[in-house]
Amino acid sequence: MKDEITREERVDNLKGMGCSRKRVEDARFTQGKGNYVDDIKLDGMLFGDFVRSPYAHARIKNIDTSAALEVPGVLAVLTAADLEPLGLHWMPTLAGDKQMVLADGKVLFQGQEVAFVVAEDRFAAADGIEAVVVDYEELPVIVDPFKALQSDVVLREDLVAEDGTIPDGAHGPRKHPNHIFTWEAGDKAPTEEVIANADVVAEESMYYHRTHPCPLETCGCVASMDKVNGKLTLWGTFQAPHAIRTIVSLISGIEEHNIRVISPDIGGGFGNKVGAYPGYVCSVVASIVTGKPVKWVEDRMDNLMTTAFARDYWMKGKISATKDGKITGLQCHVTADHGGFDACADPTKFPAGFMNICTGSYDIPTAYLEVDGVYTNKAPGGVSYRCSFRVTEAVYFIERMVEVLAIKLNMDAAELRRINFIKKEQFPYTAALGWEYDSGDYHTAWDKALKAVDYDGLRKEQAERVAAFKRGETRKLMGIGLSFFTEIVGAGPVKNCDILGLGMFDSCEIRIHPTGSAIARLGTISQGQGHATTFAQILASEIGLPADSITIEEGDTDTAPYGLGTYGSRSTPVAGAATAMAGRKIRAKAQMIAAYLLEVHDNDVEFDVDRFAVKGAPEKFKTMKEIAFAAYNQAIPGIEPGLEAVSYYDPPNMTYPFGAYVCVMDIDVDTGVPEIRRFYALDDCGTRINPMIIEGQVHGGLTEALAVALGQEIAYDDMGNCKTGTLMDFFLPTAWEVPNYETDFTVTPSPHHPIGAKGVGESPHVGGVPCFSNAVQDAFRPFGNTHTNMPHDHWRIWKTANELGLHD
Amino acid sequence: MSNKLHIKLNVNGKDEEFLAEPRELLIYTLRERLNITGPHIGCETSHCGACTVTIDGKSVKACTMFAAQASGKSVTTIEGIGGPDNLHPLQEAFKEHHGLQCGYCTPGMITRATKLLEENPNPTEEEIRFGMAGNICRCTGYQNIVKSIQAAATEMNAAASSTSEAVGSKEVEAAE
Repeated sequence: MKDEITREERVDNLKGMGCSRKRVEDARFTQGKGNYVDDIKLDGMLFGDFVRSPYAHARIKNIDTSAALEVPGVLAVLTAADLEPLGLHWMPTLAGDKQMVLADGKVLFQGQEVAFVVAEDRFAAADGIEAVVVDYEELPVIVDPFKALQSDVVLREDLVAEDGTIPDGAHGPRKHPNHIFTWEAGDKAPTEEVIANADVVAEESMYYHRTHPCPLETCGCVASMDKVNGKLTLWGTFQAPHAIRTIVSLISGIEEHNIRVISPDIGGGFGNKVGAYPGYVCSVVASIVTGKPVKWVEDRMDNLMTTAFARDYWMKGKISATKDGKITGLQCHVTADHGGFDACADPTKFPAGFMNICTGSYDIPTAYLEVDGVYTNKAPGGVSYRCSFRVTEAVYFIERMVEVLAIKLNMDAAELRRINFIKKEQFPYTAALGWEYDSGDYHTAWDKALKAVDYDGLRKEQAERVAAFKRGETRKLMGIGLSFFTEIVGAGPVKNCDILGLGMFDSCEIRIHPTGSAIARLGTISQGQGHATTFAQILASEIGLPADSITIEEGDTDTAPYGLGTYGSRSTPVAGAATAMAGRKIRAKAQMIAAYLLEVHDNDVEFDVDRFAVKGAPEKFKTMKEIAFAAYNQAIPGIEPGLEAVSYYDPPNMTYPFGAYVCVMDIDVDTGVPEIRRFYALDDCGTRINPMIIEGQVHGGLTEALAVALGQEIAYDDMGNCKTGTLMDFFLPTAWEVPNYETDFTVTPSPHHPIGAKGVGESPHVGGVPCFSNAVQDAFRPFGNTHTNMPHDHWRIWKTANELGLHD
Repeated sequence: MSNKLHIKLNVNGKDEEFLAEPRELLIYTLRERLNITGPHIGCETSHCGACTVTIDGKSVKACTMFAAQASGKSVTTIEGIGGPDNLHPLQEAFKEHHGLQCGYCTPGMITRATKLLEENPNPTEEEIRFGMAGNICRCTGYQNIVKSIQAAATEMNAAASSTSEAVGSKEVEAAE
């Protein structure tokens, strides 16, 4: 058979790994034909919504629903008393705690769910909510975690024994009724000794403020209990649909095969849609009670005030070094504000997530981390907002500590980083707090970044600017923000990563159709990352069929193989690996079929782009398309018909993407307005699957980093009132505030991942936050600034300038 | 409730007539009553722009307008801008330049951009950023949205000038 086209053309036709394939998702989204949860309509569907507490801490003396039940269109009002006989008035959280589904005798945060009104439409539900009368008795409010640990006010009476003793929590002993856990990593005594005897020690306290992932689509679901066949279908904004099915089964008692969970199109997640929320439980119960489908969709205020805050870490650090700048030790204590229930979304064994990656990209021989979790009268959550389990906090901590140390040493912060980086030849590198970094080449990335921005030139310009400022010739300062980050993503190895006992593997199942096209289903779920595009590219390269001929399907638990979902940049490291491995199983069978068709031994054919060819005789070959057809129409001795494979992939290790970012900022000291002149981002995510999508992820992650660093926060007053419940107060940058970003890359493949990919979606957020913050802090360094807390909004920047005497 | 209002709308070229409570919001009319689900709800306070539609030539956020306020007017949603057989250049450009990720803001974003380009067919980057500032995207960081709108503008201007050239040459032919 004569080959018509060149090998290069055959590679191009596949649209496999490494090409900027256009997204297959976009046709429906650009035409308004996405199918998000609020687009789902079923016959007779009802709408549920919550009566929410106006108080942050109060006892509930009575709930009167009688007037609400008289409101036209209202069918039912559920309270904890209705859920209690079913055992559903409380539910387990992902962190080993339990959480009220509906207020059981008291409320612990403003906006807490008190009653669930089920009505014919949203307007009737709103009328019903107005008519529910709740008699509250206000209790003292605690919004400060340090005060919580000193207070006599017990927030969680359910966690104190009748004799007043404090039973252990899910993560060991608790030292106060409002204390949740103490979690340690590293060696305390040796670290303290190193720091006590060091040439130089820098100390800093910093608050990583509470914020929120705030995807543009809020959380919601539609529950439909079919009483005839006993099956529950639950559509919802679930980043982990399979885990949701298991959780629903465990708490409802409905057998798992009778539950079908479907994640339709999801309008952004960023961690907000990992958890299980009272709205899901109440919708299921309401559907069972009414016999009709029930929809619940948060409004924006519900979303910001109640589901899934992020961060809220009070971090206190010490870093020691020799006088020439070699870091010798690091100590970190965190007071973690978890709100009224511990509903953090972390792997079970990691109550502070992967905060113990806080030694960062540096070769630090000795370190110790201690985290205390605390209850307060704030909303529960503690999700990983565009990051892998508290990595953002860890990277912010170390990237600030290095800057603070540079100030103490009177050294350039870029040079201090360089002399402390883990060297290329040290990988795999075991960090002082336990993680084994799989690969890295930090010096190459750093040098490339500094050269690209002309770092020395920038410092010179900055010095001239300071001089001009002091001469009264300008009112603008210049800040150079640096950040070098190492992420830890792809959770994770089942040996140490599980959520509610579910190992954090992931999966892919492939069916090749007779005419050479395919469908692959995965345990993950895209929320904008473009899985339908990129996973088809991985497969195209692995099985030699064009990506355009491969459908990717996720999110339906009745059809997709079990997996733990999409968050923590785990899709490519885990499900991407499963996809490659399942593809290789297909290829192995295809090899046997090809050998049979070509009448040679299995070992005498080799895979080449889109075919198997006889070794040494490339003109004798069978294309994967031909092989697929043969798999279904020929009786091949010793080989079953069909061409399918499934792979469940348990990763041997995490992956460790890294990057080098530089931000150049001009700050008007009189208005406090920062202007981002330049942002350079170099990312190393290992093997690159689709450069266009990587670049898009970097732009988006950096913009979410800009938001967090420069203004976005969930703030409370002393009464526990959430002050940032609408987009009027909660900062989401518009096109007007956002700069153009310069993206760059190096490629250091993961040695243990089948295709060497590491994941990239969250890197720009993790590395971006300290970079923006460092730029602000750096602008004020010549005037004596060491550290100021984020978010650096205009007022706080103005205040910094004012406190440094720059308005005098 | 009995105080229903008689409302007439033209949506994407189709006349609609119905009785609705005074408090019915236009976004509800579109999504729930008329099953036009392209416009989305993101904030209900006019901040995010996911619900952007065009009403009598102006960009409007349908989440904070009553259906009654739109009575007698023409409403265009993303569904009226282009479909599988007649994609709008903006729809093509967003796809070509990766101007979207989760897709939730996209219908409002493209609907707004059609007006922006109508008002200003040759916008600078700054004018695009300012003109699109009423529409929030959480995924893209806007860089590729700006690029998509610039590309669509170029495409539409080229098409417009070739149409006028074609018209011109026809006139010449007729004159001959």
